[in-house]
Amino acid sequence: MADVILKPIGNFDLTVEAEVVTPDNFAGKTADEIGKVLVWQGPAEYPLTDFFTVEGNGGSSAEDTTIIVDGDVPRVKRIGQQMTAGKILIKGSAGMHVGSGMEGGEIIVEGDAESWAGMEMKGGSIHIKGNTKDHVGCAYRGSWKGMTGGRITVDGDAVSQVGGGLSGGEIIINGNVKHFCGIRISSGLIVVKGNAVRTVGAEMTGGTIVVGGCIERFTPGFELVDIESDLKFNDIECPGEYKKFTGDYAIPQKGKGTLYVSCDNNECL
Amino acid sequence: MAGTIAIKNGYVYDPLNEIDGEIMDIFIKDGKVVTQLSSADMKDVKEIDAKGKTVMPGGVDSHSHVAGAKVNTGRMMRPEDHYKHYQKRTPLTHSGTGYTVPSVYLGGYEYSKMGYTTVFEAAVPPMEARHTHEEMRSTPMLDMGGYLVLGNNWFLMRYLKEGDVDKAAAYISWMMKTHKTYGIKCVNPGGVENWGWGENVGALDQANIHFEVTPEDMIKSLSELNEKLGIPMPVHLHANNLGHPGCWEITRDSLKIPKSVKAKPNTDVEWAETKRNAKRHESVYLTHCQFNAFGGTSWRDFESGVKGITDYVNSNDHVVMDSGCVPFGDATVMTGDGPAIHDLYVLTGHKWSNTDVECECGSGVLPFEYLKSNPIHSSQWAMGLEVLLYVKDAWKSIMTTDSPNGGPFTKYPQVIAWLMSNKAREDTFAECHKWAQDRTGLGGETREMTLNEIAILTRANPARTIGMSYRKGTLGVGADGDVAIYNIDPKKLEVNDYESIIRGFENAAYTIKAGEVVSQMGEIVAIPEKNTFYTDIAVDADDEKSMLADVKKWFKYYTIGFDRYPTPEKYLANPTPIQVNAEK
Repeated sequence: MADVILKPIGNFDLTVEAEVVTPDNFAGKTADEIGKVLVWQGPAEYPLTDFFTVEGNGGSSAEDTTIIVDGDVPRVKRIGQQMTAGKILIKGSAGMHVGSGMEGGEIIVEGDAESWAGMEMKGGSIHIKGNTKDHVGCAYRGSWKGMTGGRITVDGDAVSQVGGGLSGGEIIINGNVKHFCGIRISSGLIVVKGNAVRTVGAEMTGGTIVVGGCIERFTPGFELVDIESDLKFNDIECPGEYKKFTGDYAIPQKGKGTLYVSCDNNECL
Repeated sequence: MAGTIAIKNGYVYDPLNEIDGEIMDIFIKDGKVVTQLSSADMKDVKEIDAKGKTVMPGGVDSHSHVAGAKVNTGRMMRPEDHYKHYQKRTPLTHSGTGYTVPSVYLGGYEYSKMGYTTVFEAAVPPMEARHTHEEMRSTPMLDMGGYLVLGNNWFLMRYLKEGDVDKAAAYISWMMKTHKTYGIKCVNPGGVENWGWGENVGALDQANIHFEVTPEDMIKSLSELNEKLGIPMPVHLHANNLGHPGCWEITRDSLKIPKSVKAKPNTDVEWAETKRNAKRHESVYLTHCQFNAFGGTSWRDFESGVKGITDYVNSNDHVVMDSGCVPFGDATVMTGDGPAIHDLYVLTGHKWSNTDVECECGSGVLPFEYLKSNPIHSSQWAMGLEVLLYVKDAWKSIMTTDSPNGGPFTKYPQVIAWLMSNKAREDTFAECHKWAQDRTGLGGETREMTLNEIAILTRANPARTIGMSYRKGTLGVGADGDVAIYNIDPKKLEVNDYESIIRGFENAAYTIKAGEVVSQMGEIVAIPEKNTFYTDIAVDADDEKSMLADVKKWFKYYTIGFDRYPTPEKYLANPTPIQVNAEK
């Protein structure tokens, strides 16, 4: 296993588009060559060494390459975009679009991540230990298909549009979410351990959403069908009693989605 | 010397001159095809060695949606259509984005790369004509024109109800001049007007709500007026009930209506030399036949109804049609048929957009994806090809995807491959839903089209149908020097290797416009001048005066002032009016 260590030094007054920072791209390159890789900042391209010091060579293949970003980079976007294998460890906060469209491998963010983490992700895993913002695993604006595979875990909170258009894969939010969690999902699983504000599962046509906390304003297009306890989805456990709803019946495609809501925290439902 | 070029030793396909793959030289001087070049010209001529290559007239698309309000709505409502498909600017070209609805610049470049030089926008709502012309003006590489949407126009419906044919004729000719448009488009006659009240029409003899005009009246009158005025192209008809199972019957019955109308295109132009008669004799041009050819009674017993229409076309000579092929993948459905889009919304649940163009027409837009796994979509794919393969005489049909309704025009090379290669069709059958095999007859069709037939479907016939063959779609002496040279050697062509057909047509080795090489192997090398064609019809001054009095009186109901209504010539790139002599 070869480690490439990127230590942020640069001026990030404009955000940097770093879609080239992937194990696929760094494999087979020396530290020198990696430093010369170009990234966009605003309207111009600069070598990576303008923003980071580079230590260590890439491995022989993407699987053998680990990239360690040693510090906070909230203004560096698209780290790990479309990566297929290997590992990226960000020892701080990550910018927007971390791991968007990724197909395999692993990304760990020790701090927070900005919006669009794992947008339209196809496989692999992203673990965000802090909080994140909007559009986790979501579809691009206007697009119908969000994440199709893989797993995103967020230890803290996410904001709105978690898993919008999800059509596969799993998203686990250990904290709270706000609006439009799981809007238009057709397949896959979203587990929110904390609370949600409103419009959970709006326009869903399939898939499963679990909310362990309280939903402040419940979406009207759902029907209560059952009460189940101690849910288990492979290795994901949701202890306690849950009300099982199906929906969303508010749209022409009669919903075959399932929405589980904790009984204890939603007595009024 | 600009516009002077010699294309040597290519296999030439010029169906209007009955040239079918002969090895010959093509000479162009000052942008026009000539028999030969003088030795003085030959000194500094640009010579292109086309040995082992296919030479055709520049491609002509007589039905595409590339400019105007609905296209722009398609761009705006589909950000996802743009972010993965983009092209950087070069010193010569603009940047651009968009797959199914590319930006105007990108659209022009992509057509040019495929060897196309002429494209007609098939639906211009009168009130949006200015916008449409602004976009056409900014579309590089292509000579263009637009068809004016008149099938649900209040003035026409009123005049027809009152039986005032002279005023109706005066209105059409004035509208053509006012909006600088080329021909008549008729979309879901009567139905779009009813859509303003949440209704549609379901039968040819069903009168619409306020005007009490039936689709039959509308089709009959428009086609008669079209010939009375001498408009270069037949009425471009989008039949009623489009997209509903069983709609093929109403389509066939619609085609019967103008059977007795005699084609009388009467343009004042100089004709290039052609062996075949380059003038149209059809009185109706059916658009995107596939969407109008659904069989069955519901989505459960859905089947192809193409044969019902092609049988009629094969035995009658007053119809020409374009196919509306479905090449699978992303599409954006956009049409003047508002109720049809609403039905699609109910079917798919996708986002949609709908507009009522005041007293004139309406439209709708909806993103779509044709899937091989979907029984209906796979049948539609087969039906689009059936339309072209079942029509025995290629001079009665035109290849389109109704871009971007069936799929974007960039899929034309793929459609050509399916037409030319049985193996290409078999391989696709193996990948798609079995309904394509069970519910259509394409599986039993073994016809493989020749390069000559492809040249008819993609340039000669579209140009002839819309009355442009006096300068387009042919390499006869006097024609525009628009040539496409493809890296396809007809002697070595192996149709089972259909990938080579796709590659060949995707990027023309050379696209030549008015004697200038404008694109070469997928790269734009020059931005040519372009022309915008429209018809300029002379009619009786008294009729025009009394018609205009009516129009002005009613204009208080429009949201724009009468003076702001017309499209001035400055909105057009090289405005090229075509003088038409109306019957007195």
